[in-house]
Parts: sequence; C-alpha cells; structure tokens
Amino acid sequence: MLFNSLPFVCYLILTLVLFYVIPKKAQWPFLLVASYAFYAIADWRYLVFIATTTVSVYLVARKVEKINLEQKEYIKLHKSELTKEEKQKYKNKMKAKRWKWLLLCLFFNLGILAVTKYTNFVLHNVHNIINDAAEFKPVDMIVPLGISFYTFQSLGYIIDVYRGKQEAQKNIFKFALFVSFFPQLAQGPISRYGDLAPTLFAEHRFERKTVTSGVMRILWGYFKKVVIADRLITGVTTLIGNTDEYSGAFVFVAMLFYAFQLYCDFTGGIDITIGIAEAMGIKVAENFNLPYFSKNIKEYWNRWHITMGTWFTDYIFYPISVCGPMLKLSKWSREHLPKGIGKRVTVYLASFAVWLTTGIWHGAAWNFIVWGLMNFVVIMVSQELEPLYAKFHKKVHIKEKAFYGVFEIVRTILLMSAIRMFDCYRDVPMTFKMVGTMFTDFDFSVFTNGELLNIGLTTADYAILLIGFAVVLAVSLFKLHGVDVRERLYNKPFGCCYHIMAALQIVILVYGAYGVGYDPSQFIYTQF
Amino acid sequence: MNELLEILSELHPDVDFEAEENLVGDKILDSLDIVSLISEIDDKFDVTIPPEEIIPENFNSAKALYALICRLDEE
Repeated sequence: MLFNSLPFVCYLILTLVLFYVIPKKAQWPFLLVASYAFYAIADWRYLVFIATTTVSVYLVARKVEKINLEQKEYIKLHKSELTKEEKQKYKNKMKAKRWKWLLLCLFFNLGILAVTKYTNFVLHNVHNIINDAAEFKPVDMIVPLGISFYTFQSLGYIIDVYRGKQEAQKNIFKFALFVSFFPQLAQGPISRYGDLAPTLFAEHRFERKTVTSGVMRILWGYFKKVVIADRLITGVTTLIGNTDEYSGAFVFVAMLFYAFQLYCDFTGGIDITIGIAEAMGIKVAENFNLPYFSKNIKEYWNRWHITMGTWFTDYIFYPISVCGPMLKLSKWSREHLPKGIGKRVTVYLASFAVWLTTGIWHGAAWNFIVWGLMNFVVIMVSQELEPLYAKFHKKVHIKEKAFYGVFEIVRTILLMSAIRMFDCYRDVPMTFKMVGTMFTDFDFSVFTNGELLNIGLTTADYAILLIGFAVVLAVSLFKLHGVDVRERLYNKPFGCCYHIMAALQIVILVYGAYGVGYDPSQFIYTQF
Repeated sequence: MNELLEILSELHPDVDFEAEENLVGDKILDSLDIVSLISEIDDKFDVTIPPEEIIPENFNSAKALYALICRLDEE
C-alpha cells in the first residue's frame, strides 16, 4: 500500500477520522493496531520481523536499565564504605555487563538486517570471485518494508538507554508503536525516542488549525511526488536506460532531472509523513532544511536526510572517533605527522567508516558503496583545501558578493548531482563512462533540436514541470526568509487556505502523472 | 581553563571562546572539531570524554566544556 495509491488515501482518511472519534485514551493503542494493519497489508510475513526487533530491543533495554538502577542503588548504599578506586572498579564491572547485553542486541538485529538485505549481494560477489560459469540465481529473500529505518530507530533507542540518556519504556505496546508508527515506517525519518514519544502517546483533542496544517502539508507532499517526481521518472528512465543513444548533454539533463526528481520524491514523502503525524497532533522530526541552498557538501549533509546524518554521527562517528585505540592513534599521528593532517587522521578514519556504512545502508550494491565513498573523498578533499580557500579569499574579496553565494550553491548542487549518478546507472564503470561523456561529448544543440521531446515528456509536461519548479522554488525562498507559508495561508481571511487546498487537490488529480495504465511508482527511499 | 582556551583557539583562531555561549548551535564547532578537541583534551588533561557526553550542552561554551572535564576528572 504505497502512500500515493488510492487504497492508502482511503486508509488514511479512515484512520484520521477514527483517531478523533474514539476515546482519547484509546488513541495510541488504535495507532498501534493501524500501524500493524498497514504493515500486514503490505505483507503479513513482515510482522514477524518487526515484532522480533520490537521484542528483542524492548527486553534488552529493560535489562540494561535494570543493571543501571542496580548500580545506582549499590553506590548509594555503599557510598561511605567505597574508595574511589573500588567505586570505579564496580562501575566498570557493571558497564561491561551492560555492554554485553547491548552487543547481543546489536548483533542480533543487525544480523537480521544483514541477512535479509545483503545475502544476495554477498552471494553474487562470491559467485563472481569464484568465476562460476553458471548464471547467478538470487536467493528468494523477504526484505521487510522499511527494515533499515525501523532497525536503526530501535538501535538508536537501545544505545540511548545503554548510555543512560533514555529511560526504558516499560509498556511493550507503547514501544511497539514507537517502532512501527505507520507514517514513518516506509521511509523514515529515523526518530529518536525522546523526541517522538511525548506526542505519540499523548491524548489529542481535535484542533482545526493542527489538522488543517497537517493536511496542507500532506497535499504539498503529494503535489511534489505525483505532479513533479512521477512526471520526471519517465524522462530520467529513458535517458538513463539507453546509454548508447543518450550521452554527453543528455547525461547532464538526466543528472539535473534526477536531482529534482529525488528531491521532490523524498521530501514529498517526508512531507506526507510529517503531515499525517501533524494532523494527529504528533510531532515527527524534520528531515530536510532546504538542502539545495547549501554552499558546500558538508552543509548539504547537515540539511539533507538530517535524521540519518545525526544518527550516523551520534552512534557511529563519535563512538569510533573517541574509542581508546583511536585516541592513541590520534596522539601518535599528532606527534609524528605534519601538524594539519596529523590532527585529522582519526577524524578521517571515522568519517570513512561512516560513509562506507551510509553507502551500504542505502543498498546492497557496489554503486551505493562507491557513492558513499565519493562523498567521503569530496568532504576530505574540501577539508584539506580549506587553507588554500582561506588564502584565496584573503586576496580576492568575493566571498561577500551575492553572486559568489549563488556560485557556491550551484557548485554544490552540481557536485552532489554528479555523485548521485551512481544511484542512477547502478553500475560503477558505466557511471564513470557516462559522466565522462559530459566533458568529452557535450552537444548544445540537444537543447534546441527538439530531441528532449522524444524522451517521454511532452511540451505540456515540460510546462507543468517548469511551473512546479517555480512553485517549489518560491515556497523554498519563503522558508529561507523565515516565512511559514502554511501559517500565513491559515491566517488569511475568507478561508483562503481551504480554497488553496481544494485547488491543490484538483492540481494533484488533474496534473498528477497518472496516464494510461497508471501504476503508482514506489518512493525512491522506500527501497532503502 | 587557559590550557583549554589555547586548544580551542588553535582550532578557530578568529573566535572569542571566552565570550561565545552557543558554539554548537551557531555551528562554530562541527563534529570534526569536536573529535579533534576530544583527542587534545585526552592528551593534555588525561580525561576521556565518552560518546554519551558529546551533547551540545557540554560543548556550547569553553566554560561548559571545562566543567565537563572537571566532572569527568573527579569521577
């Protein structure tokens, strides 16, 4: 049941209505039932996986917290008798106990993720290495919907409990809802328990403004997904699928189209997710902050898929960077290597691990791994070139000029879009080859000779895309200048926002890229 | 405290670390700076800052960071 399918829209309306009709105390249990129903409709076998993760993380979190409490109580009781060394020794012993449970939980759940998602990738590579003449036949595996998202969300929770930052949830059903909350199950965001729980389990009264605001955001998400992203798919698929025919300038067009498609697809999906939650008074973390206004790749990753970025920073980057062996290595490198690089060796090693994991997380294929590592290389190179940039800007005073800011934004968009071509072609050598043709075989006549009308997009499609682009840009510029568009619309007189919502619905229905034999296309991030 | 201010100034010579109160919030310190800082602190103060202590509140000002070092040293 995809977000952009008619059954989901019916399911959503029914869920929203029932949510406010039933007694407030029953709201969160109802959401749990609705979430499990949503998952079961996708494939009932998925329930086994999500329930296993829920139960295992719940039990280990309770156990870890029990050890935490036992430690606190013991120290409180024996405060006067224990020396500082004895206290430390006891703390270390209890930490080791908690650590064992945490490791067990991590291995178990990451094991499920690895087996379901990566078995075929590993087998395929082994098959290639041993050069088996027979054709590779993938094993038929069940890959539960959103497994990467709910596994990471659950593991973030157990690590927070281990660190003593989060109290363990005592009610297993409440915890089950945190793991399975249906709007964010398929493509995130990866919520933190402390952020989501307060509004997820609260009782919500029907408030016109909250519901209107949520529905407005849902419609905005559908507009981006159905009118823009799904329209662009046709062009992107044609350009990417025929590598013999479409090279050079066509690759450039495909690159920009895919950048816009992915943006509208992913942010549209997240708008629907956050909008649904908001309509029920539930606050889900924002996942984007105008990423295409970033001036460098580091800033871009602070604004794109924010919840994944902070997850990797908090649970992979920091623990690796500050572990004992890394601190020793850092000390050694600062003493033995040149000053600049000596300080950054461990940071780069941890970044490498993060980007490798990010690549693997996105998909079981080499193109995703190379994509992740390309991000790492660009960030590392720009970090190392920073002193050079600083020297340049000291001599040439253009940093304050408006055009330079625009140049930086365009440069970042082009760079990120080029790296993303690994995601498009899904073949590493082919990506290098095709991106290379942009520099060796760029024919400007492509933009004037009408060939772009032969890629499955008509003049009307281009007109809709152009208007769609202008609308998305305008809304983004409002946000950039601190204007809350939905708030403004809501406060306009004569029910202006309802007229706009009705118009948006008509636009989605009339101009959505449905066509003959329409089959709602998967959200790109649902595959991850 | 002076030793800590020296480490911080080496990272960003142009920042007044005695006055700044929102180093993480204002994006003066990013994750790469924080890791460099932790390595230097481990080296100079012999205090290891564990991952669970890497939260904005502990890194938003030199004063907060110094308080964290003292607390961890006492523990």
